[in-house]
Amino acid sequence: MPRVLMAAALVAIAALPAKAKEMVSTFQLDNGMDVVVVEDHRAPVVMHMVWYRSGSADETPGVSGVAHFLEHLLFKGTDTLEPGEFSATVAANGGRDNAFTSYDYTAYFQRVAADRLELMMRMESDRMVNLRLGEEEILTERDVIIEERNQRTENSPGALFREQLNAAQYLNHRYGVPIIGWRHEMETLSLEDALAYYKTFYAPNNAILVVAGDVQPDEVLELAEKYYGVLPANPDLKPRERTIEPPQTSARRMVFHDKRVSQPYVTRSYLAPERDPGAQEGAAALTMLAEVLGGGTTSVLAEQLQFEDKIAVYTGAHYSGTSLDKTTFDLTVVPAHGTSLQEAEDAMDAVIAAFFETGVDEEHLERIKMQLRASQIYARDNVGSLANRYGRALTSGLRVEDVQAWPDVLQAVTSEDIMEAARMVFDDKKSVTGWLQGAKQTEMNQ
Amino acid sequence: MKRFLFAVLMVFVSLPARADVDIKEFKSPGGINVWLLEEPSIPMVALELRFQGGASLDAEGKRGATNLMVGLLEEGAGDLDSQGFAKASESLAARYGYDVSDDTVAISSVFLSENRDEAMELLRLSIIEPRFDEASLERVRGQVLSVVRSEETDPNKIAGKTFKAIAFGDHPYGSGLNGTLESVSSLTRDDIVAAHQAALAKDRMVVSVVGDVTAEELGPMLDNLLGALPEKGAPLPPKTTPNLTGAVEVVEFDTPQSVAVFGQLGIERDDDDFFAAYLLNTILGGGGFESRLMEEVREKRGLTYGVYSYLVPKDLAALYMGSVASANDRIGEAVQVIQDEWARMANDGVTLDELNKAKALLTGAYPLRFDGNGAIAEIMVGMQVQGLPIDYIKTRNDKVNAVTLDEINRVASELLKPDALQFVIVGKPEGV
Repeated sequence: MPRVLMAAALVAIAALPAKAKEMVSTFQLDNGMDVVVVEDHRAPVVMHMVWYRSGSADETPGVSGVAHFLEHLLFKGTDTLEPGEFSATVAANGGRDNAFTSYDYTAYFQRVAADRLELMMRMESDRMVNLRLGEEEILTERDVIIEERNQRTENSPGALFREQLNAAQYLNHRYGVPIIGWRHEMETLSLEDALAYYKTFYAPNNAILVVAGDVQPDEVLELAEKYYGVLPANPDLKPRERTIEPPQTSARRMVFHDKRVSQPYVTRSYLAPERDPGAQEGAAALTMLAEVLGGGTTSVLAEQLQFEDKIAVYTGAHYSGTSLDKTTFDLTVVPAHGTSLQEAEDAMDAVIAAFFETGVDEEHLERIKMQLRASQIYARDNVGSLANRYGRALTSGLRVEDVQAWPDVLQAVTSEDIMEAARMVFDDKKSVTGWLQGAKQTEMNQ
Repeated sequence: MKRFLFAVLMVFVSLPARADVDIKEFKSPGGINVWLLEEPSIPMVALELRFQGGASLDAEGKRGATNLMVGLLEEGAGDLDSQGFAKASESLAARYGYDVSDDTVAISSVFLSENRDEAMELLRLSIIEPRFDEASLERVRGQVLSVVRSEETDPNKIAGKTFKAIAFGDHPYGSGLNGTLESVSSLTRDDIVAAHQAALAKDRMVVSVVGDVTAEELGPMLDNLLGALPEKGAPLPPKTTPNLTGAVEVVEFDTPQSVAVFGQLGIERDDDDFFAAYLLNTILGGGGFESRLMEEVREKRGLTYGVYSYLVPKDLAALYMGSVASANDRIGEAVQVIQDEWARMANDGVTLDELNKAKALLTGAYPLRFDGNGAIAEIMVGMQVQGLPIDYIKTRNDKVNAVTLDEINRVASELLKPDALQFVIVGKPEGV
């Protein structure tokens, strides 16, 4: 039950509606910018998004957080827009706008009445190339992102713990550096750092336009050519070649103490392959493995630890394959009051060991597949989530055809595929196990 | 410069499309009042139920009973134990949600047209025939206690609970609806059964449905779903008035960023001045990046990632609240700026330009909400809970536009009480 805890488990299994294919059109402009249009004519609303194929993992070492810092600064002004005027204009037109940054992408969006699409394109294409920044607004906005880090990370022991886990998981890849940045590097981010990132990555040949809602594809294309099509491609844009992980050869363990923790838990992440264009079968099997092991109260972990042994208040398994480079497969056990973290971890290991003996319950697998088929229908009710799905996939190295094939790839997964995926992914040498705990006893006595 | 350009622009901005939503109201053969929007283009149905009363119906000494009861509805019903119920819902790919707030129990479902009878039957079992098995009770109690423990060291939760306690004392609004370690630990199965009888009853229920179903089909389905509920629930607690003095209460907590909530007496949803107050709040702290608080605290000074204010017209009391978070050495300045802005608004009101911008934002954003079956079902049930008429969607923007500058500035001077704006700060604030 508790919605708070379960939220983590409900991270949706990404599946594109087969029927939703009919709602989607795709184009490419001459300058290399991709265009995806998702039609939904039930309400006179449009979501206009521009996704850049660059995120925090594309930063150069030493300026962590600059991708996210620049995202904030894109609201500051251009040759023709005053600082803040972008959002003010969206609001004056009854819309809402915002932006977000991840490891592999940075995205900007506005939700407005469908007849305001052209205005959004005019402004968004403008700030792709005409950003103007002053020294003073840089300093104020740097204070804002540091307060954002305070709010999201410094004030949350769970977030501080996950940051350390990630850093230990990746030995040589930028996924080990937090998206928002390490605090000491954020504190020295400069105007030059932001502009260097902007000049390298903000260009039409590194961007994807996603428009979803009450629009006609040919009209979107016409507007896109008018506003984005005229921008020159960046000829210096390089392929996204990132540092690669060396062989991981030793299991890592960490204990994180923080007196603000009232509910301890144990979590383990394993380095795991991601979805690749034309080769999504392994990721599909891992997606199903996460569902089988930890996708709700009928999953293997929940049945054993929450219902049989009654030693956990929450269990979960999580995998998201939409990632440019290697991702992780995660297991979590939140022990019941009176159960130690060692007992919780031992019980988690015992469940996985037993799973290798018993295998996948075919009825359970069929229920999961039924839910995936239904999610293709439910997804048609939320055009915004469809738009996000395309944006995330296309900035993570996948193609439109991969997004559209994904539901069938998931349906084709067999129980043997799942067991093979389990044998492959549960490799202790590539794992990090972490305990999140309250204050050490000595601290508590002070 | 910017403001001037902007005013010119406003002239050319026509209002975006109106929301065009054709809701039917009808009574089922069994007498249940229903709001329905037929939307056959996707083979699915979204159903929303609300039962007024919510966690405020907790009996004396039984804090947390309604919350625990609601958490147990999907943990076994009829012939199905907890796992059996979960497997049945997975097989149907139906989605069920059970939630509780101070004022309502909310039950939501989305299901496919192809198996809607089975999906409704499973929902009926959970509402009418929950088992409240001892095993489930103990398991879910453990989960709730885990949440309650976590809240004890969460600065946001500490701030919210402290504010509630100051404002409402012994009234149910004065404490967290999850209950305390002590109260939750002592709840029995009988308490849960009593909470079920108290909270889920026909006399406080509203129903809205959006999707692939007709009124003729839906009436009997709802009679079957809800017909066996008791006619009357437990009496509601009395209305109350928040007791807020304008003090700044500090709760010492060792964390780098202080969290503050603030608030004063609010305004009722059915007050004639509600729309003026709603616009006023949009300008002061509810309008995202365009609000005065955001401009002064974040954009100009970089003191926070977010500062917001919001009207909270609850069923039994009305609050006007807000929140902000800043590093311990900067929260004092943030609080000062908020106090100054509150006073400036009370004294000087808003400009015509600000009023027009807020109207453009609110009236333009309104139709954008109606963009999915699930979203519309929630709006419809919310309207019913608030006692709004079925044609409200068509008249709402006119009511926003009808607010004059004189009206909003009268409301600013009457509603805003800078001297009674109570703060609770959790952290190690410096200079407060």
